[in-house]
Formats: sequence, C-alpha cells, structure tokens
Amino acid sequence: MRSLKRNSHRLRAIRPPTSLPAPPRIFSAPISTHPSASNDVTSITPIKSLLIANRGEIALRIARTASSMGIRTTTLYTDIDASSQHAKCTPNSLALGPNTKGYLNGPQIIELAKKHGIEALHPGYGFLSENPTFAQACEDAGIVFVGPPPKAMLDMGDKARSKIIMNAAGVPCVPGYHGPEQSVEELRGHAREIGYPVLLKSVKGGGGKGMRIVLKDEEFEAQIASARQEARASFGDGGEVMLVEKYVVRPRHVEVQVFADRYGNCVALGERDCSVQRRHQKILEESPAPVLDDATRHDLWDKARKAALAVDYVGAGTVEFILDKDTGKFYFMEMNTRLQVEHPVSEMVTGTDLVEWQFRVAAGERLPLTQDEIEARIHERGAAIEARIYAENPDKGFFPDSGKLVHLITPKVSEDIRIDAGFVEGDTVSEAYDGMIAKLIVRGRDRETAIRKLELALQEYEVVGLSTNIEFLKRLCRSQAFVEGDVETGFIEKWKDELFERKHVSDEVFAQTALGLFTSQTKKTTSGPHGETLGFGEAATQGSRKFAFQVKRDDAAAETSDEAPEVVQVEVTQRGHSLYNVSVSRSTDASTASPVVYENIISEPGSAVAASHKSQLTTFFPRARVETTLVQDPGAPEKLAVFQLGEKTELTLVQPGWFEKALGLKEAAASVVAPMPCKILRNEVSEGQEVEKGAPLVVIESMKMETVIRSPQKGTVKKLAHKEGDICKAGTVLVLFEDPDATPAAGSE
Amino acid sequence: MLIVGSVSAQGRGKPLSRVFVSLCSRSLTPILTIFLHLFCFRGCSFLRNSTIPPSPTSSQLRPVASMLPQISRQLSRQCRRPRLLRPTPHPSSPRTPRCSSRTVATFTTPHQSSSISVIPTAVDPSSPEYLENTKLMSAAMSRLESLTRKAHQGGPAKAKEKHLARKKMLPRDRITALIDPGSTFLELSPLAGHELYPEAEVPCGGIITGVGVVEGVECVIVANDSTVKGGTYYPITVKKHLRAQEVAKENNLPCIYLVDSGGANLPHQSDVFPDREHFGRIFYNQARMSAAGVPQIAVVMGPCTAGGAYVPAMSDESIIVQEQGHIFLAGPPLVKAATGEVVSPEELGGGKMHSSVSGVTDYLAVDDAHAVVLARRCVSNLNWPKKTALVKTYEEPVYDPEELLGIASTNLRKPLPIHEVIARIVDGSKFGEFKRDFGTTLVTGFAEIYGHKVGIVANNGILFSSSSLKGAHFIELCSQRGIPLVFLQNISGFMVGKDAEREGIAKNGAKLVTAVACADVPKFTVVVGGSYGAGNYGMCGRAYSPRFLWMWPNARVGVMGGEQLAKVMETVGKGVDEGLKDRIEKESDSVFSSARLWDDGVIPPQHTRRYLGLGLNAAMGGRNDVKAGATKFGVFRM
Repeated sequence: MRSLKRNSHRLRAIRPPTSLPAPPRIFSAPISTHPSASNDVTSITPIKSLLIANRGEIALRIARTASSMGIRTTTLYTDIDASSQHAKCTPNSLALGPNTKGYLNGPQIIELAKKHGIEALHPGYGFLSENPTFAQACEDAGIVFVGPPPKAMLDMGDKARSKIIMNAAGVPCVPGYHGPEQSVEELRGHAREIGYPVLLKSVKGGGGKGMRIVLKDEEFEAQIASARQEARASFGDGGEVMLVEKYVVRPRHVEVQVFADRYGNCVALGERDCSVQRRHQKILEESPAPVLDDATRHDLWDKARKAALAVDYVGAGTVEFILDKDTGKFYFMEMNTRLQVEHPVSEMVTGTDLVEWQFRVAAGERLPLTQDEIEARIHERGAAIEARIYAENPDKGFFPDSGKLVHLITPKVSEDIRIDAGFVEGDTVSEAYDGMIAKLIVRGRDRETAIRKLELALQEYEVVGLSTNIEFLKRLCRSQAFVEGDVETGFIEKWKDELFERKHVSDEVFAQTALGLFTSQTKKTTSGPHGETLGFGEAATQGSRKFAFQVKRDDAAAETSDEAPEVVQVEVTQRGHSLYNVSVSRSTDASTASPVVYENIISEPGSAVAASHKSQLTTFFPRARVETTLVQDPGAPEKLAVFQLGEKTELTLVQPGWFEKALGLKEAAASVVAPMPCKILRNEVSEGQEVEKGAPLVVIESMKMETVIRSPQKGTVKKLAHKEGDICKAGTVLVLFEDPDATPAAGSE
Repeated sequence: MLIVGSVSAQGRGKPLSRVFVSLCSRSLTPILTIFLHLFCFRGCSFLRNSTIPPSPTSSQLRPVASMLPQISRQLSRQCRRPRLLRPTPHPSSPRTPRCSSRTVATFTTPHQSSSISVIPTAVDPSSPEYLENTKLMSAAMSRLESLTRKAHQGGPAKAKEKHLARKKMLPRDRITALIDPGSTFLELSPLAGHELYPEAEVPCGGIITGVGVVEGVECVIVANDSTVKGGTYYPITVKKHLRAQEVAKENNLPCIYLVDSGGANLPHQSDVFPDREHFGRIFYNQARMSAAGVPQIAVVMGPCTAGGAYVPAMSDESIIVQEQGHIFLAGPPLVKAATGEVVSPEELGGGKMHSSVSGVTDYLAVDDAHAVVLARRCVSNLNWPKKTALVKTYEEPVYDPEELLGIASTNLRKPLPIHEVIARIVDGSKFGEFKRDFGTTLVTGFAEIYGHKVGIVANNGILFSSSSLKGAHFIELCSQRGIPLVFLQNISGFMVGKDAEREGIAKNGAKLVTAVACADVPKFTVVVGGSYGAGNYGMCGRAYSPRFLWMWPNARVGVMGGEQLAKVMETVGKGVDEGLKDRIEKESDSVFSSARLWDDGVIPPQHTRRYLGLGLNAAMGGRNDVKAGATKFGVFRM
C-alpha cells in the first residue's frame, strides 16, 4: 500500500500545474481523458474530516488511506460490532445501537455526522453506497458524499432506465424487458418473448441477491416468488421490482473500473474478469482479463467511459459487461456506482490508490493520471488477482458459516501481496453480516506468476473455527483450465469433478496429528529421565499409545453413502527425548496393507505456540522435514485442524469406546438440527407426514441466503420444533422423526 | 551424650588434621599417594585367590604424576603475586610505603572453578581390554534382554486372547494409559519368579509393580496380571506386592492398585497366607499407609474374591468396572455351597451393586479405559505437592554412558575403574571428590544426578580401615546436610589378615556399617560388580534398606565367591561336595537374585543414571522432606 501511494504522490508532484498538450492517444472517441488547462481555475476544498458509513474490511481500508491523507476519521458500529476491528481502528467511533441493520439507517448516520461536525461521508460498498436518496440527503445536510452525484446513481440504479440511456449512448445492452409492468403473467410473457433461459433480477439488485435463472416456463412462478422475497429482504422496499433478461449460456463477467472527475474527464483503470463465481457471487477477480484481444479490451474501456459520461458520472464506478464466450460480443449489464469489493485488483495493476482518488476528486481535484499513463502502468505492472476468503463451506454448496476465528495466520504481506481484512484472531464472524473474512490480492509480472504466487500465499493462510473456501481457492489456482484462462461464470459447475475431488490424506498428516496431540501433553512432564526408554525389553511393551482419526467429510456423497467413514489408527511409541516410532494403519485395506511405520523420527514441538489449543511441531521423517500446526477447536476439542505443507486437513478424533456410555450421550439421529444460526422461513412438511430421504423439510434463512434443509432419512415427522419466523441457534433441533425401532422401554436412558 | 560427641569429634578430627597437613604440603602429596598405591598393590597381592585388590594402573598414576608441575606452578605464582602488583598511587593522596604491598584477589570464572570437578577419562574404546569387556557384557546383556522380553509378554497367548476377547486391557496397557504421556514407568523386578517354581512359569511374578507419574504425581502402581495363572498370588507375587508397598511407604508415594486377581494361589497357601510377610500384610500396609497419609486407590478390573476383596475395601477411594470387576467375600459357588443361595456374580458383587447399594466402591466405570481416566482424576484430586514439576537444569554426562559396557566386566577379578563409572552417571561428569587421596579404595564425593544433589560412595578396591573411616565420615556429612546417598557396590569384602585386624578393621568396618544403617537420608544402591561378605553391609546391601537396589547384569551377590566357599568347606568340612562350587556360582547370579526379589531389578549399565534419576524423583518429590541433620547415629566404637 505504501508504495502505491508513494507512486501516486510522486506522480502528482512531478506533474506540472498547467499540463502540456495531451500526448497522442489511441482512442478516437470524443472523450476527454486528460485535464485541460481551461478549467484549472476551480477551487479545491480538501476533506478534513470523514465519517465511514460502513463496517469490516472496507471501513478499515478507507480509514487507512484517510489517515495517511491527514483526514480525521470516524467509524460507526452496531452493538454486535462494538469490539470489531473497524470500530477500534480510530479513536473516534460512534454507536448505532442494537439494530444490526444500523448501517442502513441513513437519517441517523447523517444526524451523527452533523452532530460531530464531520464534513464528508464515505459509504464504502453495500449498505447505503448506492442509495441516491441518502446521497441527496447528505448533500442537503451539507455533507460531502464521497461518491457519484445522486442523479447519476439514480440513473444507473434503476436497471430499466439505465438500459435506455445506454442504448442511446451507443453502449450495447442484453435483450430484455426492463419495464414497469410487474405482474407475474406480464413478465412471463416477456420471458417467452426473449426466449428461455432467462434471468430474473431485482432492479435494485447487486451481488447476486434476488437473482434467479429460469430454465423452463413451468418454474417461472416459483422462481420469481423466491427472487422477490430475497430481494425485499436485501434491498428493502422496491426490491421486488424485477427485470427479465436473456440469459447467456457461456457468459464471462468482465467489468471496467472507471473514474471520472467533475470536469468531464473519465479514465478506465483497466478491466477485471470476475467470471469465477459461486452462488452468483464472485470469488476470484483478476485484471487484465485473460484471453481477450486488445481491440475488444479497448472497446470495453471505451464503452465503459461512454457509459459513465452518459450519466455525468463523478468518482469511482464499475461498468459491468457480460461477455458471450461463444460470440465474443459483450453487453452492458449495469453500472455499480460505488467502489467495489474487488477494487484492489485495479489498484495493484495500475499502482494507484482509488480511495485517495475518491477523496481528491470529491475535494474538486482533477484525475491524477491520464488514460495513456494508466495503460503504460498496466503494461509495466503485469497482472493482479484477488481471492475472496469467505466463511463458507464449499463442500456443502458454499453454505455460509459463522463463528469465532480460533486460529488465524495470514500470509506475509509485501509490495505484491496485499490483505484487506476486517478480522483478527479471536474475532467472531457474525451471521448478521456478509461472511467475507478477507481479500487476498497478489500481483505478478504476468497472469501465471500471479496465480502461482496466489496459491503460495493461500498455503500460508490458516483459519480455524469456521469453514472457509481457502482449500477450494487453492484448487482453483491449480486448475489447468483456470490457468489457461478458460473462464466463464459457470466455471465451477463445469469443472466440479476436478474441483471437488476427494483429497487423499497422506500418512504423515495422521502421524503428525498424533505426535502433536502426544507432545502437547508431554511438555509439562518431560524432564530429566522421563521420556527415555528404561531397562531391558522392547520399548513397545513399555508404552505405546493409540490414536484414531476420521477425516472430516462434508460433501453430499458422505451424507448419502452408507459406507463407514475411514478410521485411521496411529500408534505412537516414545523412544527417548523427542524420539518416536509411529505407525499408521488405515481401516479400509487393513487386511491387505500393513501399517506404515516410521522409526526413530525426531519430533520437536515449536516454541512459538502461545495458546493451549494450538501446537506446532517439526518432525524429521525418514526422507523429509515436515512442519505442522495443529489446532484443536476449544469449543469442540475432538475437531482437529492440521496445517501441513500448505494444506489444511480437518480430522475428527475418534472418541474412546466408553465416551458415549459414560457421558450418557445418545446420538439424536432421529432429528434434524439447524446447521447454523438462522431464521425459519417456512416448514415444508407437517407433523405426522411421511417423508422420503432428501425431501425438503424446512427453509431457513441465514446470512441473507435461503437454504433448504432436507431430510437425511425416510421417516415420519414427529414434531416440528419451530414455527415460521423463529430465530434458531446453530444445533437447535428443527424436526424430530418418529423412532422406527421405538418400543415403550426405549428412551429410558 | 557428651562422651559420644567427643568421641565422634575425635574420629572426625583425625582425618581432618590429615587433610590440613596434606594441604599445607601439597607438593608432598603425590609422593605419598604413589607410595600408598604401591603399598596397596604389593600388600594385597598375596590375597589374589580370595579377594581382588585394586592394582593402580598406569592411568591412575599418570594424573598424579602430571600434577607435580602444575602444583609447583601454582605455588610459584602465589609467591610472585605481591611483586607483580604495582599499586598505582592516587595523585592527591600522599604515598605511604606500606600500601605498596596490598594484594588483590584473583577472579575465577565459573568454568574455571567447575573444571576442577570434571572427571578425566582414560577409556580407550579400541583397547583389547575394552573390546573384550564389550563382548562379554553384550552376551550378558542379550541374555537379560531375551529373559525380560519374555517376562514382559506376560501369560500364555491363549490367556491373553481370552482376556482381550472380554474387552479387557492388558495390564501393561492399563499402566501406560494410567501414567502421563511422555513419562517413563520405573518398573520393579520384571524377572521376579524366573525359574522359581518347577511346576509353573510365573512371568514377572504375576504382578507388575513400579513407580509411574500420574497427573504429575509419582505413584506406586501395582497391577495384577490375570493372564498369568488367573492373577493368583504365588509366594513371589505376595513378596513383590509387599515390596511395592514398602517402596510406597518409604518414599511417601500414593498407591494405585489395578486389581484383577483370583486371590491366593491355593496349592501354595502355606507360603502365602499365614506368616508376617504374607497376604495379610498387604491390608495391614494399606491401613498403616492410609493412616500415615499415603493415599490408597483401588481400581477393580476383575475378580476380587475373599481376602482380595479387602484391597478395594481398605482403599481410600475405589473404582470398579461394571460387568467386569467383582468384589465378594465368597463367590457364587461358595455361597451356594454355604447357604444354598443361587446368585449371579454381577448381583453378588458387581460394579453397579457396589457403587449404588453397598457403597464398597465409589466410582463406576464403563470399561478399563474409563476406569483409568477416573483413577487419574482421583490422583489429580489428592492435592499432592508436585515438587518434580520444578524443572531443574542439568547437564548430561560428558562421556557416553554406552561406554560402561566396555568398562564393566563380567570377570569380577578385574578391577573396575570406578571413576570412569561415576563419570558416566553424574551430571556433566562433575564429581567433587572428598578425601581423594586418603583411603583411596573407597571413592566418596558430591555430584548431581538430573539436578539432584547426591553423595556418592563407591568401591575402588578392598575396604581398609582408612577407607572405612573415610566412608563413615562422608556418610555423616551427607546426613548432616540431608543429601541422598548413592552406593556403587563392587566389593569383595573388608581387608583380612594380621595387620588389618591389629589396625582394628573390625571396629572401623563397624563404623561404616553403623553410619550406613543409621543415615536417615534416601539411599540408593547399584551393584556394579561383586557384592560379597560384610562389604555388602558396609555398602548398603538389601538389608540396609536402600530405597532402591539395582544390579548390573555382571553383578554377583554372595557371602563369598563360589571357589572360596568351596575351599572353606573343604577345609572345615568332612566330605567334598562336588557340585557345591557351581551351585554357589549359579546362586550368585544377578538373575537368580532378581527372581527372588533380592533387588529391584537387573538394569542395563548405561541406564543407571536414568534409574537413579527416577529413584531420586520418587524419594525427593511429593510430600517427602529430607531434613538435614535429622540422623541420630549409634555408638561409633573408637
């Protein structure tokens, strides 16, 4: 970050106040990209105080630039966020109260800004960032809104109107209906006209919320109801207004970062390819877009700038295009009138600080760089790629997760590796907000280098406490199709066999886990003669300890398959101080394969371990040194996370035989529990109803996402524990089944 | 009292004055020492057949000879020192002529001062003697290795399979699960019962005993092996159980009994039941130890019939495994015979009944592993002080303890250079030798073992009057200071003969025996060679209650060597017993000794340091408090 800023400062310093005649441009379009001498007389009012109306990583990221520019920064927090990192990053932080939706409360935020005499407001992304009413209210209250003018926002925010403007300005649009007629039948008619498949989208939509693909006419009705419900929940009133569009089968998502100043100048800071998506949300974003010829690239930039200027845009914006892989044609989709999540990709590849640009443009300055200067920089800097690290479980359909970050190790940051994160170890990722833990942005001299560097950086990333997509991201980086740039929005679906292939866990992982558990207990006792072998006889007869592990499996196959999960037995025999014999035997082929034995391996616990639930160890196996971090979730100590050679393996320590009996545990197999904190949207079954395996039981909403809870078995519903609208914690029983083997005597224990 | 005091003061005064004299004329000492060595050498040579005196080897003489120039250098430096110092006069103060002779103390760095304690070595691993020793010791070691391995296997394979089929853990696994991970179990006498009963093999005496660390607390663990004759008590089983209790009592160690036994071995009842040191003593000990505040914990993992029922019943806390552990005074068959009542074992004395109805047991376990977890929790609730948790820093010996196999010899006629042995046992091979040049056939001095300060008393030849007096003196010092004693036995006996008797070897030897018997500090004995005659007494043999007594594979114990014994018998007896010599030789063997619990086990020489370290942990940790000067000695005949 620092270097980027230094660059831009330096560039600003060397630029003469009255610029020379514009250098030769490759564009013939009649767009001004360079400040001209004529409108240099305007006054510049630097921003001196700022309120960040956002949370998480973007609030931190804005605060970072603001403080480096000498701007007094104030952040906001809801009660649940009171101890979050963004609330702590400045001395000035104001409370929004108990409502988790506090960041959407425009009037209250403006009130707070006025009360504390704050001059400017940065909305970040999401929340109020694209709300023209709010932007207008800020203007009316005399607060500088760091973003586009409300008019431009309004024009672009309404998808139907934006299409009309775009068509008029010569920007190609996807065929579709963007009109006011909103009855289901009317929309269905338009869908038939355009031809299936079609896409249903809220006019206010963004980020994949309130969006549905309709493949067939029959499912139109159900899909629109679901889309409208989600849109209303996400965007509030007006969210249910839908548009219908042609659905491109092999689309690529390519967007152009544009920046405009008040003087009619607009530049494109390169394009970003965000095709790799799941649940219509981006996870990998890169710039420049791969496999794109220069003519199309420049055409994209050109059209993007045209689009921005057509609505008199000021500030940072993103023009999203859909690129048909089959035809090579691109269509305007929408313009995001804000700074986007993936803006660091453009920053890395252009060597700029877009937030700084935002403040400067808001203060009345001109754009710091010309289009040609930007292009030269992209040429020089190569490629950048961003991976979004989410609290979600890729094996469970990218189901969102929440919880405490029990263990968090991040890659070492450098000029080329940047992490924008809103959490530190010990923080809780709340289900109330978006589950993005961090963004990891990497730059390399070319795309391939950037991808390789990204994979290495991901290997350093260690997260325990909730499911993340880190392992999945590593697989993406290794995917040959991705490396070749063969991307499309259906990429993950297309390559799912490769991307979700079950991983083989090496014997060393089990050996290390057992050693880690063993040595974490020996730290306090091993002194003097203890730990050494003693006397005559076999060492093995003097104390071998057995461990049993299961590899954690979340994929659908594991739930349906009847085969017993593989149990791996590990035997550890201590032969001296830090000297062990370890044998690993797998249950699957116990009859054929003999256990793998490592003799006299030296294993030493690392010194840098602070907490009791973590252990580090370095072991010299016969042929290699292996370093491992082992983390036990303090909330569920049988769950083990093993980080070894850049890979995370999740294991479950098999409980001893007496465990269940002694603790009086009885597995409640005859019930379905909430997988995470959620709200019950509706029960799909009624009590007494017979259901098949896989039948939908309950629809829940969590993290603003609907999820269908399906029946794990065939049976009769005994009880529905919750009604519509109930809020449930993770692990709460939702549905109880009749016990098929129930006899009157059972259940006494 | 006054008389005794003055007598012992006199006893102490004499050697002290000698020390003083020798310090005053250090340059003379080497000459005296050489003379002494020569005297020993010559004086003992006539005894070759009966006892083996130390012959000063050239290596022993070399350091003495090489000290001469060093000492003279020291002396000369001391003389020169005043001249070397040039006082720098303060400019303002008037110079007084007397100040010019002011001296300044030298600064000695810690490594300089500690280097005087490091024992030098003369061991040459390529020498023929070393190689010969290694060869012979290796043979002895592999014999022990195979015998111990076999004993560790426990009962026959069939019995073990049956045991495992009942979902029971094998006794050794129970112990491993019970002790802390990373800790080492100090097993006692694994060869007990070896070739003891003609009709049956009783590996490990049918019972596994030892000291293990449970939740940071050193505990005595007694585990019946029900795969060996159903865990019944042979006479050796009783003896081993009682020995473990003795270890617990002397060292203040909580006891954990892992009970899985069918009770007394009935055919041997006369050797098991009636006497003072028989079965009843187990419960007597439990009661007395409990009274003394030594916790008693029983885990019932199998049958516990008749007398055996008292093990859990006499314990402070007891745990029982359901549908596996049974406690009753009479089992179902006997009950039926006595009263006609028909009852199942579980109903009669099962875990659920005893934990909920009779209250004989306090905790009910689901299986062995669960019971072990409960036992560990019991220990964690003893509120036992954990002194050993204070990790002291220590150095490993400078020399490789494996070399002991080339130093020790199966031929006990060969002298064993005891300094070389000490150098491979103590921390940093550092030994603060006391009276190095007096009574040199007994080596005494201070050292540390795993950070524990110890006093070492080690044979380096036959015991003379002077060496006995030196030993008594040193033991007094250690008792005064509360320092535990380590005896390294390699003794053929006290000196005999006209000169010796005239010198009063009987009363001087008695002084050493008195000192050893009365010293109220923990004592440890390792027999590294021979243990013959009264030397056994003076060097803290089994009868002198060392906390632990271990033997090296080459060690032999007996009233005298087989050959000598046979000769004596020939002289005094009428007929000639042909097999006598061989029988005595066999009975002197370390395995023979260990099978009868005359020791706590035969140990690999290179592990001596570890055994002593674990023994010291047991004797010095927990509630143990070795008071300095608490010993009251008997009358030292002057």
